Amino acid sequence: MLLLQVIVGGLLLGAIYALFSSGLTLIWGMMNFINFAHGEFVMLGMYVALVVVMWLGGGPATFGLAAAFALFVLGVAVYLSLIRHVMRGPMLAQILSTFGLALLLRYTAFWMFSANFVSLPQTSLSGTLNVAGILMPIPQLVSGAAAITLTVALHLLLTRTTVGSQLLAVAEDRHAAMLMGIRPDRMQALAWGLAAGSAGIAGALMAISYPWSPSVGETFGLTAFVVVTLGGFGSVPGAMLAGLIIGLIQALSAYWLGPVYKDIVVYALFAALLWLRPQGLMGKV
Amino acid sequence: MKSAVVSLALLLLLYPFIFAGPFYWDIGVTFLLAAISASAWNIVGGYAGQVSVGHSMFFGMGAYAPLLFYQLWGLPPAAGVPAGIIISVLLALAIGMPTFRLRGHYFSMATIAIAELIRIFFGTWDLVGAAIGLQGPAVGRAWWDLSFRSELPYYYIFLAVLALVLYATFEVARSRFGYYLRAIKAGERAARSLGVPVRATKLKALMLSAAFTSIAGSLYSIKTGFIDPESGFGILVSVQMVIIAALGGAGTLFGPLVGALILVPLQTATNTWFGGGGSGLTYILYGAVILLLARFEPGGMHELWYRAAPRLMRRLHAA
Repeated sequence: MLLLQVIVGGLLLGAIYALFSSGLTLIWGMMNFINFAHGEFVMLGMYVALVVVMWLGGGPATFGLAAAFALFVLGVAVYLSLIRHVMRGPMLAQILSTFGLALLLRYTAFWMFSANFVSLPQTSLSGTLNVAGILMPIPQLVSGAAAITLTVALHLLLTRTTVGSQLLAVAEDRHAAMLMGIRPDRMQALAWGLAAGSAGIAGALMAISYPWSPSVGETFGLTAFVVVTLGGFGSVPGAMLAGLIIGLIQALSAYWLGPVYKDIVVYALFAALLWLRPQGLMGKV
Repeated sequence: MKSAVVSLALLLLLYPFIFAGPFYWDIGVTFLLAAISASAWNIVGGYAGQVSVGHSMFFGMGAYAPLLFYQLWGLPPAAGVPAGIIISVLLALAIGMPTFRLRGHYFSMATIAIAELIRIFFGTWDLVGAAIGLQGPAVGRAWWDLSFRSELPYYYIFLAVLALVLYATFEVARSRFGYYLRAIKAGERAARSLGVPVRATKLKALMLSAAFTSIAGSLYSIKTGFIDPESGFGILVSVQMVIIAALGGAGTLFGPLVGALILVPLQTATNTWFGGGGSGLTYILYGAVILLLARFEPGGMHELWYRAAPRLMRRLHAA
């Protein structure tokens, strides 16, 4: 029974991994650009949630939306002021730009909020649900369900709407898209907004159930790399499946080997993937 | 060029006498170590354009090996240096083999993830002191323990190593291998079509770079007599190599030296002003410098100088 509970817990956390990783995969697939600051976006989402709860109060809906909005704006701003300019530059500049951004955000958070772990005060979501002997905390259940819904929504946005088609058109062929009257710059800014926004709301959802400190950004960033590599670059359904798998693997290795090993197993899996199947489960190189 | 190199060498040789006293010597030693590591990174990150953001894995291996040799068998720490080099080169091979088949970003991601994997792993491994780390001899038993009270012997040892690294880089840069590296950086597909053995060349560059980075790590741990997972494998160790090389000019012989010349005094100053490396302000500054560099001056100070110098000369002549 305990094992079953560990599995459910892993999948619920994995759903959140799926959400923020789909943001990373969107940027990667669309622009062939790696955002090393993606984990920091998740971390900022958590702090936005904290600040909103402290100042304004309100439930998960309020701070979730606030985090999504704040990070959407940040994402667009980062694209317009930084990424747009380094995108066509040398590779070193591409990598350094978001890497520098990651350091800047991480240590600014350290400076503002200190290195201590913090957590949200008890929200309106509490209690546990007992389904056939498996105890499921309601906050995690709600955030997991919300994360899956949002990931599916992002996928539908990309595949079923006009805006989504325009985004994918830019990804496929920038020049052809321009000839069709699509403005690539605007679309790419939107993509960065969506990616950062999904990271922000994922952070807010995680903040409901887990304590955190500024250094979690590094861990989440690497987790997102692993998820995206496993799922295949640019594939949102791939990221969803891989996110759930990684959540599950983490929970099981923490259960069987001990909590310190959960990241070791995931990173080792990443190394193995690079050897064996670099294109991921659902991707192509 | 030649006279500039000679005067630079003279300046570095005489520095401890021009700026006498432990404070300046300490800065000098820090500068040399930073320049050595960044020059080692420069071989693969600068010349070959394969941006590693996890070079701390080689630094850490080099740093752990000497102190492990001392702790396990009571050998002089320097005896562990070759072991560190061998492990680092093997590690480079293990990472380069799969990732160099793929496009550039994979390599960056793989390096950061594997450095992190090793850091966490060393933090749980009792043989290497887990989270506490390893210590060297508190007091040197003889000169071969390389445990000196003064900074001065370290200064000259580090200077010799820096000279070695720079000489090796110089030889690499003007050899056929060096041209291969620059060809790969400029355009991998074009280089391949002209018959450059792309994978083997990148692999060789990474191995060479790993070996020198490992030596830098050994120097660090022999000098400080202490190493833990964070100071060996921490991400900031890698960051420092990248930022120094990029600041001075990645892919140029003296770029890392220039970068270290700017960054080390800056770091010393921020640490004195804001008190200790514990406060994140130094790293906020690092982040901002990297970001601005990438946005406005990806070629580093090197390129800035080449753009600014002619204008400066003209103005001097006009005056």
